[in-house]
Amino acid sequence: MENLVQEAIQNVNLHAVMPSLILTVAGMALLMVAVFSPRGKTTHIAWLSIASLVVAGVVTLAGWNDTQTGFAGSVQLDNFAAFFSMICIIAAGLAILMSDDYLKREEFPVGEYYPLILFTTAGAMWMVSGTDLITIFLGLEVLSVSLYILAGFFRDQQRCNEAGLKYFFLGAFSTGFLLYGMALLYGVTGTTKIYDIAAYVQANPDTTTNIMFVAAGLLMLTGFFFKIAAVPFHMWTPDVYQGAPTPITAFMSAGPKAAAIAALLRVTIICLAGIQDQLTTVFWVLAVLTMTVGNLIALCQKDLKRMLAYSAIAHAGYALVGLVAWNEIGLSGILFYMLVYTFMNMGAFAVLVLIGRRGEEQLTLEGFSGLGYKKPVLGVALCIFLFSLMGLPPTAGFTGKFYIFAGAINEGFIWLAVIGVLNSAVSLYYYLRIMVFMYFKEPQEDFSWVTINAATAVSIVISVAGVLYLGIVPAAVMQFAKMAGL
Amino acid sequence: MITVTHYLMLSAILFAIGTLGVLTRKNAIVVFMCIEVMLNSVNLTFVALSRHVGNLDGQIFVFFVMTVAAAEAAVGLALIIAFYRNRESIDVDDFNMLKW
Repeated sequence: MENLVQEAIQNVNLHAVMPSLILTVAGMALLMVAVFSPRGKTTHIAWLSIASLVVAGVVTLAGWNDTQTGFAGSVQLDNFAAFFSMICIIAAGLAILMSDDYLKREEFPVGEYYPLILFTTAGAMWMVSGTDLITIFLGLEVLSVSLYILAGFFRDQQRCNEAGLKYFFLGAFSTGFLLYGMALLYGVTGTTKIYDIAAYVQANPDTTTNIMFVAAGLLMLTGFFFKIAAVPFHMWTPDVYQGAPTPITAFMSAGPKAAAIAALLRVTIICLAGIQDQLTTVFWVLAVLTMTVGNLIALCQKDLKRMLAYSAIAHAGYALVGLVAWNEIGLSGILFYMLVYTFMNMGAFAVLVLIGRRGEEQLTLEGFSGLGYKKPVLGVALCIFLFSLMGLPPTAGFTGKFYIFAGAINEGFIWLAVIGVLNSAVSLYYYLRIMVFMYFKEPQEDFSWVTINAATAVSIVISVAGVLYLGIVPAAVMQFAKMAGL
Repeated sequence: MITVTHYLMLSAILFAIGTLGVLTRKNAIVVFMCIEVMLNSVNLTFVALSRHVGNLDGQIFVFFVMTVAAAEAAVGLALIIAFYRNRESIDVDDFNMLKW
């Protein structure tokens, strides 16, 4: 008994969960701070949240190249987890920076908002570092439940209620599929640890033709595809992205999506490697569908948040191209692309946060008429993000797509790369249309309500710097992404 | 003789009932109950398989699923109440502000 306790204590190893532990503790402490703060004062909570994210980021970076395994092999903080954790931390930090002013404008400055973002980030970290199906599930749920609240955060706005409920129903529904897949996988292999599952499949090669194993894999993938919004599991995305508060939309499309892709990568590449040939076909079809449907529907959108939601779907399709390739360059390409996507998408949403008015009725294409002349700095910033989303050099969007498509071409998926590039060409139309409205239409408004506050400006500057740095000198970060391969 | 196959068939049927319910029912609370049926059919699968493979991992998983389902219920019902306050309805056909 004594030995068992000793062993259990040694197995814990808090270093493996230190970054997420910091965020959880900070989140709980800040909930208490929020209780004792005067009503409507949330700025200090925002800054404390940023501080805790910085600490968590430093701890994550300090653990680079130092793989820590904890909780009897349920959590493994390796380079892969650290890279995705950093993406989530950056996304959360940028979202918090653009939130404070936004909450005041929507007349709903409530302190719980920031701790919920921290909990979401902690859940994302468990998800990316989970090497046990239980950890992955738990991380996914901590992330999702916090996001359900955040998506429906403005409880007196119908738009927000609806976004929260839709997200909740479809999220919980997809969790059912994911869990059923996990249960069947456990039944086939007799363990929930993904490295043990891989070892079992290696030792018993006939598992891969077992119908239960294949069903388990497909059910789990269905659950993950819902989370990353791959077509045909994308129906919730535009509604939720449009209805949710804009900073939360930005955060959702970057951090949690990256975490879901990370968990998808780890489970697929480690557990389901035995059925790689069949899965590649599945991913091929889904990647093409996701890119094409996302881009084509985005063409006819008038609301900018909704347009960016469809563009987010298309970008998930580009990431899937890297998974089809299933080689080193494709996978490190996905990691690199998710980081790039975080900067360019969050930056674009930060501009939308500044331009919107209470109730967000202004975020249509017509609402952007003449913005480029009335607010030149914002116009230039938005143009940089849009160029990057299109994938034009010298921005980061180009280098990101380049690595992913290079991975696909290396494995002989020429047609996939061709379809991907054609899709980028289609996306030029709707991104450029925003610029046409910004620069070639007569201003109908003077945008007098747009005040550029410091915190949001900082988030835009960081995003611009990230997009340009990763676009012009990608080698250093790409090296990190290569080291972070599974 | 009741074997693990019977349990798996029962849970598969329950899962299918839950899925169909989510797709066809109109009342938000009923949809939510159908999701719970899905999660509980998964629990049944886990317990049956745990007995079958002879270790406790599956039963531990069930505890986590139940805990998470409770947390989800708290958040989900709160969202339904918030929606009801604004719209006086919990019919899923009334989730119609955001489309296309």
